[in-house]
Amino acid sequence: MRTTRVPATRPSLVSRRSLSRRPSAGRWFSEIGWRHLVGVLAVAYAGFPLVYVVSASLADGGTLTGSNDLFASVSGANYAALGGTRFWTWMGNTLVVAVATGVGTVLMGAAAAYAFSRFRFSGRRMGLTALLVIQMFPQMLAFVAIFLLLISLGNVVPGLGLDSKLSLICVYLGGALGVNTFLMYGFFNTVPREIDEAAKIDGASHAQIYWTIVLRLTAPILAVVGLLSFISTFGEFIIARVLLQSEESWTLAVGLYGWVSSLQEANWGLFTAGAVVSAVPVLALFLFLQKYIVGGLTAGSVKG
Amino acid sequence: MSLPATRGSGRTGWSPGFLVKLVLIALVDALGVYAVLAAWGAESWGILAAMVALLLVANWAYFSKRALPLKYILPGLAFLLVYQVYVVAYTGYVAFTNYGDGHNSTKEQAVEALLVQNERRVEGSPSSPLTVVADGDTLGFAIVSPEGVVEAGTAERPLAAVDGAAVEAGRVTGLPGYEVLEYAEVLERQQEVTDLRVPVSEDPNDGSIRTQDARTGYVFTSTLTYDPVSDAMINTTTGVTYTANDDGQFEAADGTTLPVGWRVLVGLDNFVTAFGDDRYAGPFGKILVWTFAFAAVSVASTFLLGLFLAIAFNDARLRGRRVYRTLVILPYAIPGFLAALLWSGLLNRSYGFVNEVLLGGAQIPWLTDPVLAKLAVLGVNLWLGFPYMFLICTGALQSLPTDVLEAAKIDGAGRWRTWRSITLPLLLVATAPLLISSFAFNFNNFTLIYMLTGGGPRFDDASVPLGHTDILISMVYSVSGLDGTAAKDYGLASALSIVIFVVVATISALAFRRTRSLEEIA
Repeated sequence: MRTTRVPATRPSLVSRRSLSRRPSAGRWFSEIGWRHLVGVLAVAYAGFPLVYVVSASLADGGTLTGSNDLFASVSGANYAALGGTRFWTWMGNTLVVAVATGVGTVLMGAAAAYAFSRFRFSGRRMGLTALLVIQMFPQMLAFVAIFLLLISLGNVVPGLGLDSKLSLICVYLGGALGVNTFLMYGFFNTVPREIDEAAKIDGASHAQIYWTIVLRLTAPILAVVGLLSFISTFGEFIIARVLLQSEESWTLAVGLYGWVSSLQEANWGLFTAGAVVSAVPVLALFLFLQKYIVGGLTAGSVKG
Repeated sequence: MSLPATRGSGRTGWSPGFLVKLVLIALVDALGVYAVLAAWGAESWGILAAMVALLLVANWAYFSKRALPLKYILPGLAFLLVYQVYVVAYTGYVAFTNYGDGHNSTKEQAVEALLVQNERRVEGSPSSPLTVVADGDTLGFAIVSPEGVVEAGTAERPLAAVDGAAVEAGRVTGLPGYEVLEYAEVLERQQEVTDLRVPVSEDPNDGSIRTQDARTGYVFTSTLTYDPVSDAMINTTTGVTYTANDDGQFEAADGTTLPVGWRVLVGLDNFVTAFGDDRYAGPFGKILVWTFAFAAVSVASTFLLGLFLAIAFNDARLRGRRVYRTLVILPYAIPGFLAALLWSGLLNRSYGFVNEVLLGGAQIPWLTDPVLAKLAVLGVNLWLGFPYMFLICTGALQSLPTDVLEAAKIDGAGRWRTWRSITLPLLLVATAPLLISSFAFNFNNFTLIYMLTGGGPRFDDASVPLGHTDILISMVYSVSGLDGTAAKDYGLASALSIVIFVVVATISALAFRRTRSLEEIA
């Protein structure tokens, strides 16, 4: 279909081209045209659920059945109805937890990567190997033990027990070193040591070198790590589900799951509106920082 | 994190960095000391020891001049040790115990719970005039004993004689250190008052004081008594003796057990249950196979589609390829839990968009038929995962060395030949580590399974709540009982976690080895 549309809209250009550079429509299709066909199909496949969710969130019925005619009605009723639920509390909780985890992960991961990259100390190699081994055990597998640990901690310091955002952040930060230190370590090694040495000769302390030189030069990888940590915390479900017990402290993942699992048919409008609202921050961040993310992903692959 | 003091530059004075460090360390120490005291109060010796150790190391690291690397590693290391290393080790320990419903606590706590649960009012036991008192928010009882002594206590503090009480008409009306509750207040907290039990003494065998009307207290004693010498519970009304057995329960000669047990090491029992017990072995086998199939097919399908799209869009002559690329990666930017929940609605049998609109009103049971549910899970995961593969394949394709491709052209290799012998091997070298981590990720893709199908449809023959699309990690979740649908069994759940870990670690280790050999070839 793409092949017929192109000549229709730009007749002069295409006819001139077909005369000069492109021998036949068949050849054009085998080289470029099929790519458009694939592109349109892929975009339709990737996009139709997203179009659907936006349409459903704007439908005024708010039920699953009432959402099937795309854009049959457009109203903000579902969005307004979010105000009558705990949605915004969950949104706040999620943002607090995800931002704190992202920032904490960057600070702690970068500090450790700096030490491994710049200092030579006994146990350095072993430390790196240990990190590599530890990060193979996904933290979520230990959710039973985390649950039991927090019961004991909660008996001592209530803020670190179950049902607390602070303890959830602490648990997430437990995974900060394992996953990210390697990514950063590789990147830190690419910053020439000569820069540090020059600064040291000029009288800078190691702390000054770290805060004012190394962190500035490694900003792109810090952004990637912070962002990836933010996104994965934003969507983390199993640990949040086990630890957060009262509705006021739920995160979006736990809360929206509750809506859909309990009464999918009736809550559908609320859920779709909530989904659109909660996807926006992540989507925006992602599209803005796309380049960095892709770079970070492939950097991780090279380091293995 | 703190700013360590300047070092090596000759300045040892009170620089701003040093002050910041001092404030931060003071803060950490204050919180740490608070936690240590709280742990002392709660008698949590393990936490106490860990806190003291962490505090000592922190102070040493930030004030010593010889601990430079530790200054930078310690903050992350502390979290890593507590919330990752410790919990992993603890998972390993729990896997060898029978921790779970019925075996929740230590033996002392189990004995106490049994004695308390079996307390009955002893027929003809003396009654004492009782007054409800409060110490702050904590309720307590004050009684005048048959000997005329005033005694008071709370749930935590056993009865003890109190001097200087005001007694009118044989009833306490004022008590130093306590506040006597007004009748209205007692009514307000009626439930608390009738639930309250004040132990007669430190020995749980002595029973406790309870009241129904807030005016008369009766001594309740347990129908069980605990004999520490023979390590047995004796039922005083029936005379049956229950002796402690190796499974962490009190067991009578006829095999009946008391309901509250304690946790004990059970060796490999949990693993034997997983692989050999009738209730678990069948589902476990099916789930294990499905987990492998799910993870492998997910990686393969997303990789192939992503690679195909990457090739399709990897042509500079293609107009609008930036637009295509941006739109195609949108599913990757949507948080996974939202996508899974959204698809569970789209695939709904009666009202879902896929059945209603795309298939013209069909009633296909996408999420409730065993085979279709598996296909649905794979299909949704394809939608979720192909943009990621598309991204990394695009990156890898664009960083292919052009000189090698040119050399191939000069040597007369055709398109297919170049693709098979050069592009694909180079691409695999670049993406293999990511394919492995993708496999490991999908192996534990709890969110997708739990939100899309909840593991269902359920196995017909299983007594445990497991289903056809459950993967190992969601099986662990069901078995652990933390969602409240089944009896809690932390021991078995931890044992299954260990199994998953062994599988994932083995595959990662093998695969990383293999990729290293791939790299050498390249």
